Amino acid sequence: MIRRIAAQARLELALTLRRGESLLVTIGIPVGILVFFTLVDVLPHPGRAVDFLTPGVLALSVVSSAMTSLSISTGFERHAGVLRRLGTTPLGRTGLLAAKLAALAVVIAAQVAVVVGAALLLGWGPRGAAWIEAAVVLTLGTAAFAGLGFLLAGRLRAETNLAVSNALFLIFLLTGGIVVPLSRLPDGAAAIARLLPAEPLATALREAFASQGAGAGTFVTLAVWAIVTCGLAVRTFRWD
Amino acid sequence: MTAIVCEGLAKRYDDIVAVDDVSFTVERGEVFVLLGRNGAGKTTTVEIIEGLREPDDGTVEVLGRAPAHADVRAQIGVMPQRGDLYAGIKTEEAVRLFASFYDEPDDPERLLALLDLERVRRSTYRRLSGGEKRRLSLALALVGRPKIAFLDEPTAEMDVEGRATTWELVREMRGSGVAVVLTTHELDEVERLADRVGILREGKLVAHGPPSELASDRLPEITVSLASAIDTDTLAFFLGTTIETLHDNTYRLTGATPDPSLVSRLTTWLAARGVLVRTLRVGGRSLEEVYMELTR
Repeated sequence: MIRRIAAQARLELALTLRRGESLLVTIGIPVGILVFFTLVDVLPHPGRAVDFLTPGVLALSVVSSAMTSLSISTGFERHAGVLRRLGTTPLGRTGLLAAKLAALAVVIAAQVAVVVGAALLLGWGPRGAAWIEAAVVLTLGTAAFAGLGFLLAGRLRAETNLAVSNALFLIFLLTGGIVVPLSRLPDGAAAIARLLPAEPLATALREAFASQGAGAGTFVTLAVWAIVTCGLAVRTFRWD
Repeated sequence: MTAIVCEGLAKRYDDIVAVDDVSFTVERGEVFVLLGRNGAGKTTTVEIIEGLREPDDGTVEVLGRAPAHADVRAQIGVMPQRGDLYAGIKTEEAVRLFASFYDEPDDPERLLALLDLERVRRSTYRRLSGGEKRRLSLALALVGRPKIAFLDEPTAEMDVEGRATTWELVREMRGSGVAVVLTTHELDEVERLADRVGILREGKLVAHGPPSELASDRLPEITVSLASAIDTDTLAFFLGTTIETLHDNTYRLTGATPDPSLVSRLTTWLAARGVLVRTLRVGGRSLEEVYMELTR
């Protein structure tokens, strides 16, 4: 079974590399935002731009690959009958899901390496280096957004899902405390943003790389999102 | 050994009855053809057996187990009616991927060569022609050396060579003990391949059995199967009939009443050339008649 999942995960990765639009959203946009807003210091933020931006861009990387990219590709594969067909092979539905998650983990690891590399070149100097805590936060965030991605892909029409996944990406980018500090949003909007999964992810990462550790609140919010989206996705997902 | 046992299968979509009380069995080494018009329930029936759909009623056993069981999935090959592949996957990559899912797969190179896919081995799926997509789909169904192959309208969109190859592969599978379930709306395919045929109409199995048993003899003609090939032009001229080649050394004589005199002249001509007659049937091209009546 491991052999089948590995073969399928390799294919998923090869296909991701072949999709230009997927590379743009998973690598191009996060790194672009990091580099642009570090060099062009127009964003309202406390401290140095790169220190503020890097944790947020790591969060954005998770949103882009675990939700947007995963959701769009899975939606089109469902529409084309690819998921059904693989379901009749020894790989099966469980194997396919495992392969998608394995490929996703590799993509996110690559994103983290690229973003952290670029940030260090731009002079990023995290005061705290709670890498294990950051890894736990990234994993929880990945679960929450992958659950959301599967939830959308499993029910919406492929084209609708394309629009919704991109719109959510933009909403999370703007309200997730990723490029704009939450304090700059209207009070009501900030309160809502704190309940969404992007802001807790960005904040928890920011806290992990600052001297203080991540607050329990962000962990709980992320964990609840992960449980709810994954649970709903499992219950509602349609394979064709 | 019985490969598939279906008992009283039923499936409804909202108000539409797609499959209604369908029962049949398929043995190893047998080609079972489901014949019917578009929307007659062929695909739904096959998808229930493949484990892709839950029946509303009835039971299915595949190799003695429930359809979606992991052991069953390791022993079946599925060629769906639709394309069903990643737009960006390459031909060779797809065959090798599917091969890696099975414990003792067929050689991907053999299938690529056999199904004339070598020229497009590096082309992505979205760039393949309709016929190439179907041939690739067939390769993916066969690469795991299945004990049961489900081929849903395999030759639709294929050219003449693709069809001939497909039929050859189906006969090869039958010869090695594979159970083949094939759907089609073409009688020609039934006559060439079917050991048994099930005719579906509006979800109901209205007739089922060997094609020869379903046949009645309304439109008389002679079908003859020989031990070796003959020059059909010469024979047609000699008899004053039209001769159609059905498949290897099997011919159909039309355009003249098959009275005893015609049969006699035919066998005399063959005797003069020392050609052995395997089968000679005087009767109807009757399956078509039966089919048209049953599905009207």
